Amino acid sequence: MLRKRIIPCLDIKNGRTVKGTHFVDLRDAGDAVELAQQYRDAGADELVFLDITATHERRGTVADFAAEVGKVLDIPFTIGGGVKTVADAKAVLDAGADKVAVNSAAVARPELVTELAEALGRQAVVVSVDTREGGVYVRGGRERTDWDVIDWVEAVQAAGAGEILLTSIAADGTKAGFDLELYRAVRPRCRVPLIASGGAGTVADFVEVFAEDLADGGLAASIFHYGEVEIPDLKAALAAEGIAIRPV
Amino acid sequence: MRTAIIDYGAGNTRSVSNALTRLGEPHTLTADPAVLGAAERVILPGVGAAASAMRGLAERGLTQWVRECEQPLLGICLGMQLLYEHSTEGDTPCLGLLPGRVTELPPGPQPVPHMGWNTLSTGEMVYFVHSYGCPVGPATVATGTYNGQTFSAIVRAGHRWGMQFHPEKSGPVGAELLSQFLQA
Repeated sequence: MLRKRIIPCLDIKNGRTVKGTHFVDLRDAGDAVELAQQYRDAGADELVFLDITATHERRGTVADFAAEVGKVLDIPFTIGGGVKTVADAKAVLDAGADKVAVNSAAVARPELVTELAEALGRQAVVVSVDTREGGVYVRGGRERTDWDVIDWVEAVQAAGAGEILLTSIAADGTKAGFDLELYRAVRPRCRVPLIASGGAGTVADFVEVFAEDLADGGLAASIFHYGEVEIPDLKAALAAEGIAIRPV
Repeated sequence: MRTAIIDYGAGNTRSVSNALTRLGEPHTLTADPAVLGAAERVILPGVGAAASAMRGLAERGLTQWVRECEQPLLGICLGMQLLYEHSTEGDTPCLGLLPGRVTELPPGPQPVPHMGWNTLSTGEMVYFVHSYGCPVGPATVATGTYNGQTFSAIVRAGHRWGMQFHPEKSGPVGAELLSQFLQA
């Protein structure tokens, strides 16, 4: 039986892990490669790194970072942020990442998703979707697009997305729980793996989203970074609720 | 060089190389038949589509080399699928080293691709990423099941091995399975 995945997300700026609330207010949470190893040891099933470095020379930086992570990590990881072309994505995958996540670049040019899927296989293509009140947002949640979230999720699947990482902007950083209504609406329209993101604050929040089978994985950042939820405890609690997880 | 990873433009070669480095296994990444021929064992990694991977082998003049190589050979993920006769992915003739056709995983309650940690019939939990599955046959050592379909997850026929999941991304369990091949 396929296990529900616990996925810590690390926002990366110049090789350091930072975490914002509602996409701003960044706090330093430590060296990214070191943190990645700690999560692996704690029983994370997969990691997501979102590069938020603002630089024109980012491609090389991100690929170098992926190479450093790949040396130590024996679980899958995804890199997002700054992937705008097949060449960007290929550099990151060649460096050892398993998947790339695209967001704003896919909205700007939906054909990118197809190009990536054709060049790299759809299993390597994650489309990251930031949503609020049924709309799709880009540029770190600052700019609303014309897309309705369900239409967009269907469009990117048709284009070649192999996984959807769906973040509720309103829930993100609140620690008030995943946006269950959002996943109830999207899940029946999603034929590829769906990762819930935004709002996880407690073990119970993960139990909720998985007990209803609303997602294949749950992603969170600050609660893991600051030790508010420990992955071994989380997995033990999920197992006790009868949810299939990979034991630590 | 003890182990050679075939570099044919269709593999997650760096990930496999990283895993071998972590295991302390000397290895090289090459498409040179002379270097491959001198290796004690060979790994055929693979991600992406069957047709482009077969083209990658052909363009490097390696198709026949892989068919005929006598060292222990491990196909990982798509690399394992290529060992079979045919893949319905792009209606692609493959290497024909194992009998049968690779077919698409059926739609069902679980999403395709089959992506994530799942158990083998032998009990280990490993990381899968695939949309196509290999048939079960005499070479099958362990199976996996997805959307009701049982497929070969580990195969071994003489010196030829295959793993449908990614041992290089399957934590300590994957490292153990890889080292079993490295001791072959």
